[in-house]
Amino acid sequence: MIAIIDYGVGNLYSLSSSLSYLGIPCAVTRSAEEIKAADKIILPGVGAFGDAFQKLKDTGLVPVVKEEAANGKPLLGICLGMQLLFEEGFEYGRHEGLGLIPGSVCPLEDDLKAAGLSLKVPHIGWNALDIRKKENPLMRYSKNGDFVYYVHSFYAKYCEESIVATSEYGVNLVGTVARGSVYGCQFHPEKSGEVGLRILRAFSEIA
Amino acid sequence: MVTKRIIPCLDIRDGRVVKGTNFKGVKDVEDPVALARFYNESGADELVFYDITATYEDRPLFTDVLERVAAEIFIPLTVGGSIRGVGDFDRVLKAGADKVSVNSGAVADRSIIAEAAKKYGDQCVVLSMDVKRVGGKFHIFVKGGREDTGIDALEWAKFGEDNGAGELVVNSIDTDGVKNGFDLEMLSAIAERVHIPIIASGGAGGQEDFLELFKEPGVDAGLAASIFHFKEVQIKDLKAYLIQNGIPMRVV
Repeated sequence: MIAIIDYGVGNLYSLSSSLSYLGIPCAVTRSAEEIKAADKIILPGVGAFGDAFQKLKDTGLVPVVKEEAANGKPLLGICLGMQLLFEEGFEYGRHEGLGLIPGSVCPLEDDLKAAGLSLKVPHIGWNALDIRKKENPLMRYSKNGDFVYYVHSFYAKYCEESIVATSEYGVNLVGTVARGSVYGCQFHPEKSGEVGLRILRAFSEIA
Repeated sequence: MVTKRIIPCLDIRDGRVVKGTNFKGVKDVEDPVALARFYNESGADELVFYDITATYEDRPLFTDVLERVAAEIFIPLTVGGSIRGVGDFDRVLKAGADKVSVNSGAVADRSIIAEAAKKYGDQCVVLSMDVKRVGGKFHIFVKGGREDTGIDALEWAKFGEDNGAGELVVNSIDTDGVKNGFDLEMLSAIAERVHIPIIASGGAGGQEDFLELFKEPGVDAGLAASIFHFKEVQIKDLKAYLIQNGIPMRVV
């Protein structure tokens, strides 16, 4: 069973229905017991970094998530949920994250401007994956050039060692990260059609 | 490189698709789920559902449609029509929508945009505008294009962006239904004013119209209804044609 953590940020309907569609048992929950009993955890999220992390803290689940991750239980962060896996985020000031993956979450606009690019922010839409670590179990059913759906204005930096896949948007954006049993997708696998469903299936099969 | 997007729009009344009676290859063209499934398999990048249900009592039929589509189609779903307040956002988001498009509701109550953006995030709020030329200017129209609000469309687009709209749908009343191409002049004027994604609507007649549209750098997506419903343009063929002409497209 996969526990989808419900901490009041974002719409979990698509995520739970995509797992159900794949026949993967899941539960949307904020119960520490249920999360501890689950085989795997998904940390979703939309919104702003600091606000979301505060909400996660308010549920009292931060120590639970950290402990389960430390015990090697597979954890997948999606979109803002991926960003929260890092040490810190710079959306409306500096905020601490879960610190499960070394790195920082920084504004995309600053780097695009510095590079002299006038690309739109947020980065919304379908972009192709460039898979750097093909052996990563999350990418088991994915291939280079697979299109995934992104919606975000901030992106992960200083996490070179954990990068599994990137997408190009003026700069190389982190698409997928992994460190031990902790995984993250900046894009929305539950909104990325067949390609996304394959990534969710791969996550569900991680031993 | 982020791709340009092709978005078919389905009008739903009392739980059924309106239009599309000539549709071949789908058994029940009035079944929103069957049609959504077909578009998903054809490579549509998103789907837009407009709720044109006449009475409040029949709204649950629309919510039911959304839930059924969201249970098996995993691409972004936008809902528009009859969005008057944050309560309507809540209702359709809980039923599986990813984005909500607000049009005349935002003209009637401007605070809706900021209120919804704060509650659900910018990515969730799409400002849809019906625009028509009046005396050399672009004006916002409401009530199905019948009423001129006098609001300047460029100002309105900027207001939307500043208040947290994540995307704009720009529907040109002047080119809508004419099938002679999108309103490039209007679109580029608005694109110059804002920095959020723009979805163009109104005027698509053939593949070439989408190529001309996507040559305009400020436009991110093309939305159409009847040409897709009547299979005058097939999304698969359209995408192949655009890729051949150097436009980045997602292929499935």
